[in-house]
Amino acid sequence: MYVAVKGGEAAIDNAHRLLAEIRRGDPAVPDLTVAQIREQMRLLVDRVMTEGSLYDPDLAALALKQARGDVVEAVFLVRAYRTTLPRFGATEALDTGAMTLARRISATFKDLPGGQVLGPTFDYTHRLVDFALAAGAVPGPAAEAEPEADAAACPRVTDLLGQAGLLEPSPPDDGAPVGDLTREPVDYPADRAVRLQGLARGDEGFILALGYSTQRGYGRNHPFVGEIRVGTVELDFTPEELGFPVSLGTVDMTECQMINQFHGHGAVPPQFTRGYGLVFGQGERKAMAMALVDRSLRAAELGEAVVVPAQDQEFVLAHCDSLQATGFVEHMKLPHYVDFQAELDLVRRLRAEHAARTAEPDEPTLREAAE
Amino acid sequence: MPSASQTPPEPGMPDPAARRLAMAQAGQASPAELRAALAQAGITPEAEDLRPAETGLVMVRGRIGGDGRPFNAGEATVTRAAVRLPGGETGFAYHLGRDRDRARLAAILDAHWQRPEARPALDSALAAIAARRAEAARQAARKAAATRVNFFTLARGED
Repeated sequence: MYVAVKGGEAAIDNAHRLLAEIRRGDPAVPDLTVAQIREQMRLLVDRVMTEGSLYDPDLAALALKQARGDVVEAVFLVRAYRTTLPRFGATEALDTGAMTLARRISATFKDLPGGQVLGPTFDYTHRLVDFALAAGAVPGPAAEAEPEADAAACPRVTDLLGQAGLLEPSPPDDGAPVGDLTREPVDYPADRAVRLQGLARGDEGFILALGYSTQRGYGRNHPFVGEIRVGTVELDFTPEELGFPVSLGTVDMTECQMINQFHGHGAVPPQFTRGYGLVFGQGERKAMAMALVDRSLRAAELGEAVVVPAQDQEFVLAHCDSLQATGFVEHMKLPHYVDFQAELDLVRRLRAEHAARTAEPDEPTLREAAE
Repeated sequence: MPSASQTPPEPGMPDPAARRLAMAQAGQASPAELRAALAQAGITPEAEDLRPAETGLVMVRGRIGGDGRPFNAGEATVTRAAVRLPGGETGFAYHLGRDRDRARLAAILDAHWQRPEARPALDSALAAIAARRAEAARQAARKAAATRVNFFTLARGED
C-alpha cells in the first residue's frame, strides 16, 4: 500500500544554503568576479553561449559562477533565463564574409587572399603545463605588424573555389520561412536549416564524438577544412517601428567550411560537397565537429546509404541537446517511490508464483508422504 | 505595453543613412561616453518614455555555407528603448546586451540628433567615440597581422 508523503522542505532549504557556502569555497581565497570569468575563462563562456543558444557573455559568465563551473547546469540557467524574455524578432542574416578577422586558416589552400592568420590559438603549442601562470606571470605585449593590403577583404575560401564550379553552391535563399526548433517540434526528416540550429546548440562532446565517428569510418565523407574563421560580425535588425535596419552591435563567431568528397550524377559534373559549422564565440572544435555532422546528415540528400548513427537525423537531433539529455537522465534521481513500489510489488508476486511453480512437481510426493 | 508609433517621414528629415550611422555609433558607446556626448551638446538626458527600456531576444540568423539559405544560429539578448522629446521627436535604441540605462541614453541621443541644431555637436562627439573604437580595432588588426604566415619555399639541390 502506498501512503502519500510530504516533507523535505527544511532539508531542501538547508541544502541550498550549504550549496551557496560550498560554491564560495575557501573564504580566504578572493571571490571570483563575473568579469574575471568573462575575460579569463572566455572559451568556457563561449561554450555556454553556444549550447545555451543565447549570446550574452556576462550572463553566461554569471551562469558559470552560479553553476560552480558545471557547463550543462550553466546551459540550463541560460536557457531558463531566455524563456522569461519576449522575442523582438530575427536579425538580418549575418555576413561572415564581412567578418573582422581575429583568425583565419585554410587547410586546403596555402596561398589565398588575406592569407593564413593564426590569431590566438593553442595550435602549435607544446602542451606543457605553464607553471609561470600559477606564479602570476604577466604576459609580454603581443607582436604587431602592419596589415597587408589584402587583409581588409578576405573572401571565404568557398567563394573562391565556388567560382570555378568545383564546389557545390550553398542552397539558395528562396525567401521561405526559416524553421525554428524553439517554436515548433522537429518533424523528421528535418530540413537542413533546422538541423543546423539543432547542431549549433548541441553538446560539444556529443557532436565531437559523432564527427569523429565519421572520420573513423562510420559514414566516411572524406573531409578537408576549407576554412575556419574567427572574428566579429555586425548584427543588423529591422525594428517594425523604424522600418530600416539598425546595428545591434557586434558578436564574436566561429565559422567552419568543410569540403568533402565529390559527387556527380547525370547533369551535375563531379564537384566537392560541403558541411557547415557556425557557433558563438571562439569554438573551433565545435564548429568543425558541427560541419562534419552537417555533412553526414546530408547522406540521404546526396544519395548515400543511411546506415550509421551520424547519418541518422533523428538519432543525432533527438540526442544532441545536453539539457534535454540531462533532464531525462538526471530526473531519475528524484523520488520514484511510487513507481518503484509498484515494481517491487510485481516482483514479489512473480517470485511467489515462481516459487509456487517450482515447488509444484514435488508437491504430490510431499502430499503422499504426508498422507 | 504601449506600442511605439511609426516614425513619421517629416520634410527636411536628415539622410536615413546618417541617422543609422549615428545610432550605430551610439550603440558602440559606453553609458559614460553617451552621457558625456549629451553633456557636450548641452543636453540633459531627460525625455518621456514612449516605451520603457526593456530587455528581450532577437534570433540571430546565419546562412548555410555562409552565403545560402538562412538558418537560426541562436538568440542574443537585446535591450531597446523608445523616448519622445517635448518637441515631438522620437528616439529609439536597440543594443545587444541587457544595459537599460545605456539603451535609454542612446534613444535620447537619437531623438536629439533629429533636431538640426543639436546634430553637429552630437555628430562630433559620436565621431570622437568612433575614432577611439577604430583605434582599438586598428590595434587588434595589427596584432592579428603579426600572426599571418609567410610561406617560403626551400631551395632544392641542383638548380
